[in-house]
Amino acid sequence: MGNEGIKSSRRKFVKSAATLAGATMGYAWLKSSHFLLYGAEPEDLSLPWYGIGIDIEKCIGCGNCAKSCKKENDVPLEPFFFRNWVEQYTVKNDGSVDIVSPNGGIDGFVQRVPDEDIFKSFFVAKMCNHCAKSPCEQVCPVGATFLSPEGVVLIDEKYCIGCRYCVQACPYGCRFIHPVKKVANKCTLCYHRLKKDLAPACMEVCPTGARIYGNLRDKESDLVKYLKEHTTQVLRPNLNTGAKLYYNALSSETR
Amino acid sequence: MKFYIPPQIPRLALVFGIVISLFLLARHFLIPDTFGKYGPYRAAAMDDYTQLEIHYSGQQACFECHQDVEDLKATDVHSGIHCETCHGPGQKHVLSGEAADILKPSDREFCGSCHSLNAARQQDAIFQVDLKEHNVEKECIDCHNSHQPWEMKE
Repeated sequence: MGNEGIKSSRRKFVKSAATLAGATMGYAWLKSSHFLLYGAEPEDLSLPWYGIGIDIEKCIGCGNCAKSCKKENDVPLEPFFFRNWVEQYTVKNDGSVDIVSPNGGIDGFVQRVPDEDIFKSFFVAKMCNHCAKSPCEQVCPVGATFLSPEGVVLIDEKYCIGCRYCVQACPYGCRFIHPVKKVANKCTLCYHRLKKDLAPACMEVCPTGARIYGNLRDKESDLVKYLKEHTTQVLRPNLNTGAKLYYNALSSETR
Repeated sequence: MKFYIPPQIPRLALVFGIVISLFLLARHFLIPDTFGKYGPYRAAAMDDYTQLEIHYSGQQACFECHQDVEDLKATDVHSGIHCETCHGPGQKHVLSGEAADILKPSDREFCGSCHSLNAARQQDAIFQVDLKEHNVEKECIDCHNSHQPWEMKE
């Protein structure tokens, strides 16, 4: 009798396990796998899906991007509130890395490592990656931060309660709490300018064309052309954030 | 067989019904109109951003009046640089036309923000000078026309 019970429950278990596995596989097949192509799979095809490119080979560290961003978006001028900034990495001959970002690069860079000690040096301009699967959006407890249908991560300033979860969640350090509004603040890819068919302020003022933005869905756009012509990389790909900021010539020292 | 319902069940159901409908009513009034239009957020927040004022006008607005500078710039290496890179945000100047509303930087440090020597600047990407040695007593624009840097002034 006891033996019978075990047998029948085993059969039941195998049956239900097979059903569950079959259903999962069927669902996965129906919903087609979620590969990250250009950061995401867009839903509304009539809208652009914005991405950004930064060409490290072209960046000269003039800091105009950081400066213009503060002016365009009325970002507080204290040297620790930035929507975008520039870092200088200097790899020395002994292998150690020197990283500086005086006032986010706005005041310009002064080379502080003597030439003979330098193995290589480069600038990395940083800003919001406008991730398609952004960690900052996922931790927001009130739905104040979201990915717009155009692929821009925005903050609803009227809805934000200033809890700072998102500031900690962003692996790229792109968020801060606005000292006056007391809510989270970040790069909007100059959403107000994009809507007027103007380039974001940092892209407008970049003197060397190191910064590129564009519609990833439009195969003729500047950005898609840049992606085709260069070997690009996103920051921290291991975190699978779906970052849409593509660096050319990104060195592994970059953090 | 008749199903026995304890008398407290209908009373509890009534209380539950009232509480749930009060909750739904409050929810209806507390949730903003556009919440959930595209996702779990307030869609009107995007309109709030759209209505923000611009400060940088874009260089097409500059060329409406300054056609001469466009022609001058096109002849030399600064042709790819947009006006507001050096002159700062121009929307106020576009609207007012006042010279006071636009920057005209002239100091060596400003030019140096791009052109000073730095190991991180690639030699072929930008022309660099050592500000400590190159004509120290002069301003850059004493010799160079910033719109046409290789046409030397007398």
